[in-house]
Amino acid sequence: MPAAAPAHVTARDATFQNEVRAMIPRDSRLEMCVQCGTCGGSCPSAADMDHTPRMVFAMVRAGLRDEVLRSNTPWMCVSCYFCAVRCPQEIHIPDVMYGLKAMATREGLVPDSVAPDFSKTFVNNIHRYGRSFEVGLIARHYLRHYLTRLPGMAPMGIGMLAKGRMGLRPPKTIKGRDDLRKILVRAAELEAEA
Amino acid sequence: MSSAQERIGVYVCHCGSNIAATVDVEAVSEWAGEELADRGVVIARNDKFMCSSSGQEVVEKDIAELGLTRVVVAACSPHMHEKTFRGACARAGLNPYLCELVSIREQVSWVHTDREAATAKAKAVIAGGVLRVAEQVPLEPLRVPIHPATLVVGGGIAGISAALEIADAGFAVHLVERQPSIGGHMAQFDKTFPTLDCAACILTPRMVEAGMHKNITLHTWSEVTDVKGYVGNFTVTIKERARYINAELCTGCGICQEKCPIRVQDNVFEAGLGFRKVAYLPFPQAVPKYPVIDGPNCTYFEKGTCKACEKFCPTDAIDFTQVDKDVVVEVGNIVLATGFELFDARRIEQYGYGRLPNVFTSLEFERMSNAAGPTNGRIVLRDGVTEPKTVGIVHCVGSRDRNYNAYCSAICCMQSLKFAHLVGEHTDATIYNFYIDIRAGGKAYDEFYQRVLEEGTIFVRGRVAEVTDTLRLPAEAADEGRLMIQVEDTLAGKQRRIPVDMVVLSAGLEPPADAKETARLFGISCSSDGWVIERHPKLDPVATMTDGVFAAGCALGPRDIPASVSNGAAAAARILGRIQQKEMALEPVRASVDEARCSGCRICNDLCPYNAIIFHADRMVTEVNPALCQGCGTCIPACPAGAISGTGFSDAQILSQIEGLLMVSASGQLREVVPA
Amino acid sequence: MTRFLYYPGCSMDASARAYADSLEAIGGPLGLELDEIEDWNCCGATEYQGISPTRAYALVSRNLALAEKQKNGSRTVVAPCSACYLNLAKTEHYLREDKGLAAKINTALEAGGLHYTPGSIEVRHLLDVVFFDIGIETIHGLVTRPLGGLKVAPYLGCLVTRPDYDHRWRSNEHPREFDRLLRTLGAEVVDFPLRTDCCGGHMTQISPATGFELIRRLIHAADQAGAEMLVTLCPMCQMNIDAYQAEMNRYFKTSYHMPILFFTQLIGLAFGFPPEKLGIGTEIVSARQALAKIGIAVPVTEAQEPVGAGAAGPPRRPRAKRTGLPMPAMPGEDGEAPR
Repeated sequence: MPAAAPAHVTARDATFQNEVRAMIPRDSRLEMCVQCGTCGGSCPSAADMDHTPRMVFAMVRAGLRDEVLRSNTPWMCVSCYFCAVRCPQEIHIPDVMYGLKAMATREGLVPDSVAPDFSKTFVNNIHRYGRSFEVGLIARHYLRHYLTRLPGMAPMGIGMLAKGRMGLRPPKTIKGRDDLRKILVRAAELEAEA
Repeated sequence: MSSAQERIGVYVCHCGSNIAATVDVEAVSEWAGEELADRGVVIARNDKFMCSSSGQEVVEKDIAELGLTRVVVAACSPHMHEKTFRGACARAGLNPYLCELVSIREQVSWVHTDREAATAKAKAVIAGGVLRVAEQVPLEPLRVPIHPATLVVGGGIAGISAALEIADAGFAVHLVERQPSIGGHMAQFDKTFPTLDCAACILTPRMVEAGMHKNITLHTWSEVTDVKGYVGNFTVTIKERARYINAELCTGCGICQEKCPIRVQDNVFEAGLGFRKVAYLPFPQAVPKYPVIDGPNCTYFEKGTCKACEKFCPTDAIDFTQVDKDVVVEVGNIVLATGFELFDARRIEQYGYGRLPNVFTSLEFERMSNAAGPTNGRIVLRDGVTEPKTVGIVHCVGSRDRNYNAYCSAICCMQSLKFAHLVGEHTDATIYNFYIDIRAGGKAYDEFYQRVLEEGTIFVRGRVAEVTDTLRLPAEAADEGRLMIQVEDTLAGKQRRIPVDMVVLSAGLEPPADAKETARLFGISCSSDGWVIERHPKLDPVATMTDGVFAAGCALGPRDIPASVSNGAAAAARILGRIQQKEMALEPVRASVDEARCSGCRICNDLCPYNAIIFHADRMVTEVNPALCQGCGTCIPACPAGAISGTGFSDAQILSQIEGLLMVSASGQLREVVPA
Repeated sequence: MTRFLYYPGCSMDASARAYADSLEAIGGPLGLELDEIEDWNCCGATEYQGISPTRAYALVSRNLALAEKQKNGSRTVVAPCSACYLNLAKTEHYLREDKGLAAKINTALEAGGLHYTPGSIEVRHLLDVVFFDIGIETIHGLVTRPLGGLKVAPYLGCLVTRPDYDHRWRSNEHPREFDRLLRTLGAEVVDFPLRTDCCGGHMTQISPATGFELIRRLIHAADQAGAEMLVTLCPMCQMNIDAYQAEMNRYFKTSYHMPILFFTQLIGLAFGFPPEKLGIGTEIVSARQALAKIGIAVPVTEAQEPVGAGAAGPPRRPRAKRTGLPMPAMPGEDGEAPR
């Protein structure tokens, strides 16, 4: 069920582009794209993306919902904001990428589960402790996805441990953990309503 | 004068469906005829297009046959057709200032959707017009003489074109240029698109003509510092800066330049790519041929020594005692042809201009490619020696970019194509053009694009993201020392890193840095970008809102040479027309001060945006200069004594218009207006 | 005494212990009083926004609300981690600009008994406060052991100067403020072209090839510029370049040895603190060799990476000599471009 379009876009236009716009809490100006390619040209990880950021905007505009949400592009975004400061149309590209990630996750259309799994584990830790739990996150992540890397990582892991840079125990749960949960649940409700 | 004593004709226009679709025009005209009859309306009609000849004829006929003393037309904005209906009235023998045009289009049908409410509002607007028009008095336009001389500010191609047209027609022109020579940016170029004419070859004959023309007085190395007056009668102060060279004695031999020991980077003519002396002529074909001495960098002025120029000058033309001189001239009209400045490409750090030696701007490239430039026409890297094997030309630098200038600079695509061609002419380099769109709309422009394609230039559709000398290994190891252009090839859908030796940035055009001061000086408006605002972007592209001040060329916004020349000629034509008529009629809608009521408080004095207010200290009263006054009305409410009224905007007129507006309720009914 | 509210972020406890230790050490001489926000929660890094943007803003806003409530006499929150800083600053900026969003977020906060008034908190990065509030003149006055020309590459990473909603920095891409700070400590700052290029963030976990490539670019550029170490201001950047350098070397069959320290550690050294007090020695790629060159002895501990032979890849590019045509002048004191 597509989220409602922002106020100034008429109800007639129920396009994928509007759906994406609605996913982003602020005006991202995504419809202002002139396809100049500055984002794709600036992106440090563009070489590893299925589609350059610019191409994704063209696909969004063309309503290629499935291709867009299955693309690995938003997951390869490193949030460096080069594109955002250089875009001549002042489009907030990182926000669009976050929005696409959220949509893809919600619909289970991610290209492979590594990135969303990482995010989900990270987020679950926050829900549990109110803080992130790096070691727990890494451990779970590697066991699920990077088993073969573990041996090679051992020296680094041991080094970090020896220098006290790795907290083996989970963080102390924040006092307001339950309040935080209530806040997040309410926020989720408001997001679904919009 | 109460409206009841007049014989008023009300004419309501449908304007096709522009008004009629939202306002019930028939009902409104019927209402006016009936309900406003005891307010003086003797006839009320409506027409599909009141402004048509037949519509106007109806008005004229009614004036003649029904003895109308006032006319109210309810139609579009007065901006559009006030003149039309005033003309109709004048033809029928009624003073045109007894005709009032009220807008029920821009102010009613175009801004409301509720038909009932809009109809009621239209009635109110008309009622306001009816009551107002009764208070209007016959007026005669002011006639001012037109001084036959013209001031042209800016000696680039637009200014020169305007000056020559006027001078050739037999009238005097003062051409003011802040650089030592006329010629402007065009003098810096190598070849011009699309014909590949050598810029200097087509420009210098014009320059010489302007320099030698008996009707043109050149004021170079000069600036306008003060402008007083009004259309037909401007008094302009020109500051002629000290050249330290006596023009009467100077032969232009150039020995002073040769012998001058100090060399500085020439950031003006050579765009920073070369040097000039402190005593210098900006380029060999300079007009006038007299050099100038750059005071701030001159050893004599700094330390009191040197004077090599003086020692060697064969005609004793060096004069260090010269001072700036103010020259006051009277002119009838002014043309602003102040041109553009190049966008400062240093601001876009990711392009590396200023940091990476082999990144050049468009003007630097023009100078490089020019056979008379610092490299004698060789296309070389910053080391002055090495020929590039690959050149990348970058479009849209500082243009079409909300981070810098949102507008398109119009000429850079063609200029970039030209560069591609020139690099190909001078070298064997591989040439890339990086663009978002190819804007080639002019005559023979797209054909030039085809030519450049045929010549083998490689076009990559992508706005360059970065120019860098930081290589990525191991793939780029072989390109050590070169520049890498990082761009998304949008047509291929991939990010590419393309090694080049030289990058040319087609930087955009910007108004001169002091554009806003210039606007203030001449009493005109410029946009937030700094370009001069023309009176109408389509229908009046060379006039400004200030009568008597015109503009031509890039002062109005980025444009190519043909357009600049056309602008210059158009401005000249308008001015020549004025001069021929010897005098001009000005709108009599003006403010005037009732001296008996003026207390001399001077509150109004600083409010006038047109400097039309004069204070007579001897009599302690203020006077409004009717020719300068544009009838904006700012001073009128400011006067605490109510001593200022506007002809065409008197208190009685405005108050009665308000009364008329309030007379009609939101539902369109007439009601009693009880004065407070 | 400059007093601030402090948002440490989740890394300061363990992986960026050195940052926390050195910050504590130099806090005294700098007169920096940092009051930790009571019961702060994780900022969500770049993970939460990818799950749900609105919830992510609500998550961050709880911290803003707590900060507003805390009232320690300051309305400025300082964050040492770039991601935490941006999340807080961005959320604050958005709430201030967009009343609808602010209303929505406050509705969510109410469920947890909190409220945030947009505009009531200012968010700044630690470097911002050190450079602009404390100032390099003050810092210069406190330097007792200048860093003897240690060649450093100033590495700011991406999020501090981009998108820079509050326009604190002169340049989004080549800021020189960090350079000036490090120079004040007596270090020689090399002309490092990738000051604000991305370290890859969490890419080592998502797509190792991408992650390692980004790390390599930074290390290689620092090496080419002649740096003996990188200096940074973000726990993530430090971790990526430090902890993953070995894996990166194996992946590319290179043998870089480029230590990376936090700027607070260098300030601490310049102020005369012993290295152990500043967490030096906890880095995986040891800084011992680089610091030994300037006469600072870092005690050897167990489980340190053997000091590598040096950089890999092609030899360092010699500085090109410039003759020929003149260059345009650059107006800034460090050759900065005009704005």
